Amino acid sequence: MKKNNYILKGGRVIDPKQNIDKVMDVGIQNGKFANSETIKDAEIINVSGLIISPGFIDMHVHLRQPGGNHKETIKTGTRAAAAGGFTSLVAMPNTNPAADSTATIEYIRTHTRDDGVVKVYPSGAMTKGGNGKQMASIGSLKEAGVVALTDDGHCIQNFEIMKNIVEYSKTFNLPILDHCEDEDQFTGGVMHKGYWSTVLGMKGIPNTSEALMIARNIMISRDTDWDIHMQHISAKESVDLLRDAQAKGVRVTAEVTPHHISLTDENIKYYDTNYKMNPPLASEEDRLSLIEGLRDGTISVIATDHAPHSETEKLVEFNYAPFGIIGLETAVSVCLTELYHKEVLNISDFISKFTKGPADVLKMEKLGTIIEGKDADITILDLNKEHTICKKSFYSLARNTPFDGYKAKGKAVATIVDGGFIYSELNDIVGSIQK
Amino acid sequence: MDHIWKKKDLLSLYDLNADEITEILDTAEEFKKVNQRNVKKVPALRGKTIVNFFVEPSTRTILSFELAEKRLSADTINISASTSSLKKGETLLDTVRNIEAMQVDLVVIRHSAPGAADFLAKNLNVGVINAGDGAHSHPTQGLLDIFTMREKKGSIKGLNVSIIGDILHGRVARSNIWGLLKLGANVTICGPRTLVPREFEQIGVRVCDKIQDALEGADVVNMLRIQQERQEGGFFPSTAEYSKYFALNKRTIKYLSPDALIMHPGPINRGVELDSEIADGPQSVILEQVTNGLAVRMGVLYLITGFLNNEKK
Repeated sequence: MKKNNYILKGGRVIDPKQNIDKVMDVGIQNGKFANSETIKDAEIINVSGLIISPGFIDMHVHLRQPGGNHKETIKTGTRAAAAGGFTSLVAMPNTNPAADSTATIEYIRTHTRDDGVVKVYPSGAMTKGGNGKQMASIGSLKEAGVVALTDDGHCIQNFEIMKNIVEYSKTFNLPILDHCEDEDQFTGGVMHKGYWSTVLGMKGIPNTSEALMIARNIMISRDTDWDIHMQHISAKESVDLLRDAQAKGVRVTAEVTPHHISLTDENIKYYDTNYKMNPPLASEEDRLSLIEGLRDGTISVIATDHAPHSETEKLVEFNYAPFGIIGLETAVSVCLTELYHKEVLNISDFISKFTKGPADVLKMEKLGTIIEGKDADITILDLNKEHTICKKSFYSLARNTPFDGYKAKGKAVATIVDGGFIYSELNDIVGSIQK
Repeated sequence: MDHIWKKKDLLSLYDLNADEITEILDTAEEFKKVNQRNVKKVPALRGKTIVNFFVEPSTRTILSFELAEKRLSADTINISASTSSLKKGETLLDTVRNIEAMQVDLVVIRHSAPGAADFLAKNLNVGVINAGDGAHSHPTQGLLDIFTMREKKGSIKGLNVSIIGDILHGRVARSNIWGLLKLGANVTICGPRTLVPREFEQIGVRVCDKIQDALEGADVVNMLRIQQERQEGGFFPSTAEYSKYFALNKRTIKYLSPDALIMHPGPINRGVELDSEIADGPQSVILEQVTNGLAVRMGVLYLITGFLNNEKK
């Protein structure tokens, strides 16, 4: 519902970027943050007992459009984001065609404007068609509006090609997001290599497939003095490498997904393909190491790697199912349960992983923080709301989640974009998104 | 008679407890007697329909299942990947849903993907018997090996069993390991480290590098087939070098007790993992394994259909 002038009253406002954590009023005027004391004729909305946060950012989302509209679209994906508490997304470029040209970026921006309900920031492919070999037109992509570059889903294997792309991107001030995977070690693998792959007789993917490319990227980042962000890290070895590199001042950052901090390879023992993703769910030791990485700051971002697939595509033999699960509508609930309520992160550090963390990686200073005169994008959390995740109620076109039936504590209960309530479970406030 | 067996499917020995395994072995003993009669057929499964769906090719396993089904008086049909509509792009689940829609009682499935039988069993009401799913499991092979060991040695508890060869890609190895551990055997696995996952130590299996260590003190040695394609995959340099260090031959058999049984799931690469004279020698029970396989499969079919009959009542 569009509201012009109002004040969110009595909420606990947490903005890690500005070190704000206090009960205070937040004013919104004509879609922008405003001084609550000077807004005229403002409606009062009581949000006492709730957390008011800058809008959450998910910097790793596959919206599938163009080319994969049977899995997800910009329309359904951004509604799923709204229902999950996200106001901004970074769309991955491995669409069909790949987002390697200004035309595709323009297509995504147009459809976001027409069909989207949250903000979609496109990322561009590093290589043409994501082929891992020829550099894409990076300067033009920047001009068309991409916020980062990635070949997500694949990893450039050649050191020289990768290094040249990182250096070239620095010219245009674009951060690199990398899916770290050594293909020689990965090929044919369907799950984490370890005890459970041995028991189940499935081809394993060793941790070193990811860690080897993390080590490579650390060297490239050091040599080029440019930013490389490691996507969806899963292995203990990766966390250890990044911690050491960051201590030496290398410009590397990392994200982790909600599923890698809450599930392990043991979940695969019944061959449910909703536990099949890349990188794979790893061992309990890896899981604990990722949580430690979040706690000590080595990992500054939580991102979903929302990867929709149709039920038909997933309902096959484990070996033949596509990698990936959806996450937009479960991430905040699962992470509040697993990280905040289990006392891994306090609420300010928790919010930072969804706001300041991704905004810093993306070099978007005005995003993920509350600034007077800037877009009023807000996520409202009820930290203690108990609920059971039910995939039937999702806004996403896809249902490929391992969290159906998960008992969660804590939820995003309202999502505000440009001052408008697009999703709301608050009394008397109706959100605008419809199924 | 009240049976311990209460399952519509046989997927892997990992899923079974010692009592369930023992009941299968005891039932198989009765059917072994049937197979030694002049008239080798009993009416136990009359009126039942069984489809043997072998997506991955097989000779002896499908023959053994089909004979077992026919000796129990079931009606059977065999289909393979090339004669099924998988070739037309139908999914495995849809193909088997169609089979189920024709009121078939049991599907015996062989498939190259691990978990394929589990996947079907979970999504369908028809009974599913796993006849081998990739490197995961081949429960009737594990059961016939254990049946043969029990028949010759009296009991599995405390028996020292060594499995030698490609454990990593081996469903026979996995089935033997779980079944033997549940019945209280001491299991050793041996081969080049590239083919022998150390993770098995976590479940109490002894892992050794030298064939001498695996042979000394063994009551049973199960030699696994070594496949040519593993050499191409870079797991060992050549079959000649493999034989030099991991074969049971005239040189290495001296470490093995003369009372020990020599087993092999077949097909044998004569001269690669096992010398011909030893395969045909006095300690070898390789053909008896095949004989017992028939009885074990009859036992499994009998127990599962018995359970399905009770469910329908």
